Amino acid sequence: MNLVFRWAWLPRLAQGLALTLELTGLSMALGAAFGIVLALVRVYAKGPLMPLYGLASAYVHFFRGTPLLVQLMALYYGLPTLGVAMSPFTASLLALTLNTAAYQAEYFRGAIQSVKSGQMLAARALGLTRLQAIRYVVLPQALRLVIPPWSNELVYMMKGSAVVYLVGVLELMGQAKNIAAREFRNFEVYIVVALFYLALVFLFTVILRFVENRTRIPGLGVPGRP
Amino acid sequence: MLLRVEDLHKRYGKEEVLRGVSFSLEKGETKVIIGPSGTGKSTLLRCINRLTEPDRGRVFLEDVEITSPRVNINKIRAQIGFVFQDFNLFTHLTALDNVRLGLMRVKGLSKKEATERAMRELARVGLADKAKAYPAELSGGQQQRVSIARALAMDPKLILFDEPTSALDPELIGEVLSVMVELAQSGMTMLVVTHEMGFARSVADEIIFMEKGVIVEQGPPEQLFKSPKHPRTVEFLRRITELYGGEK
Repeated sequence: MNLVFRWAWLPRLAQGLALTLELTGLSMALGAAFGIVLALVRVYAKGPLMPLYGLASAYVHFFRGTPLLVQLMALYYGLPTLGVAMSPFTASLLALTLNTAAYQAEYFRGAIQSVKSGQMLAARALGLTRLQAIRYVVLPQALRLVIPPWSNELVYMMKGSAVVYLVGVLELMGQAKNIAAREFRNFEVYIVVALFYLALVFLFTVILRFVENRTRIPGLGVPGRP
Repeated sequence: MLLRVEDLHKRYGKEEVLRGVSFSLEKGETKVIIGPSGTGKSTLLRCINRLTEPDRGRVFLEDVEITSPRVNINKIRAQIGFVFQDFNLFTHLTALDNVRLGLMRVKGLSKKEATERAMRELARVGLADKAKAYPAELSGGQQQRVSIARALAMDPKLILFDEPTSALDPELIGEVLSVMVELAQSGMTMLVVTHEMGFARSVADEIIFMEKGVIVEQGPPEQLFKSPKHPRTVEFLRRITELYGGEK
């Protein structure tokens, strides 16, 4: 077998990589903001806000219960029938964001509920409002707890973002597909692309491990490490 | 009259935890609530600052009815210190930041003012040197002293203590009690739920014996410990004495 790699592929793949990073970064950040709001509503809504709880729950169940690919297709090919047309990039970013928000909402909800109830009690006893207690006491602790599952979601979304090549976004996967088709070098191109993804995952893992260690609360043990 | 509690009722499902509790507290007084576990002592404390909403009855702090729906309960809570059995220090904050949080976010003090005040309160409970320590780096006794400093920093009109030494190893109880004794002697108004009969005897102006959601008997420690009137009080004191030994 005769494997051929060409330096000439790299600029295109680098462009694709940049777009993958952009899509992943933006959708994860927007998804986190939306996910936190969904989680707060699911944990704390009561009284007149109860309808919001229903909406948030329905949202989370719908977007976790349907494939990302179906969501993307519906947004890109379905919405124009209703008169709403989007560029491939916008549709892709939207689909990724809406999807990850639902998953992140569940991770944030779990983290918020892992904060001991006494923390909220003590904050309220001091005279802090509910929102202040969430802002200064519950969330800072929940955000630390959410780092491990959030790292998982980041890695998953980074790889999952490859599906957007199907609507014509030339991210890493899209570029690879083009090069492979043009040069009949499927095996080699996809090996290189796989290594790109692998390197990204490694990089993200290292960064988040660093963040986790930097934000660790002194004196609290590390689970699983004596 | 600093605190007046009128006919408080609280029910959890089928169980009525408080069945009409009334008492009052003068400025500078220390009252100790004793009684078997599960008789609503903690619920009573939490109803006083409405961490738990009472079903019925009224609570007055000075002349303000706390239980009125029109009152801003956050403003009221800032005037009532609360010390929990399991401390509930904010785990992600240093001792200093635990004490500073309410000063800055509730009382609106600048960081500089809040720091000065917080350091003064930490010094008062003997922990100025632990200002930078996180709760998990402190012993239980130290954590409870920080939580007392956190309550004191708010300049409360009274402090509610919910079994402040029950979660502590025996050798750490003394340091917390001595802080509380000093507080009582300095004129702080205190309402304390505890099983520490020695503390009750030496510090309390009045003992309140509660059982099954009602006050069975109340009176000065001398009288209540030496010659309790109600057979339930006699029985409880006998069991407590068996458990913790006699005179302390």
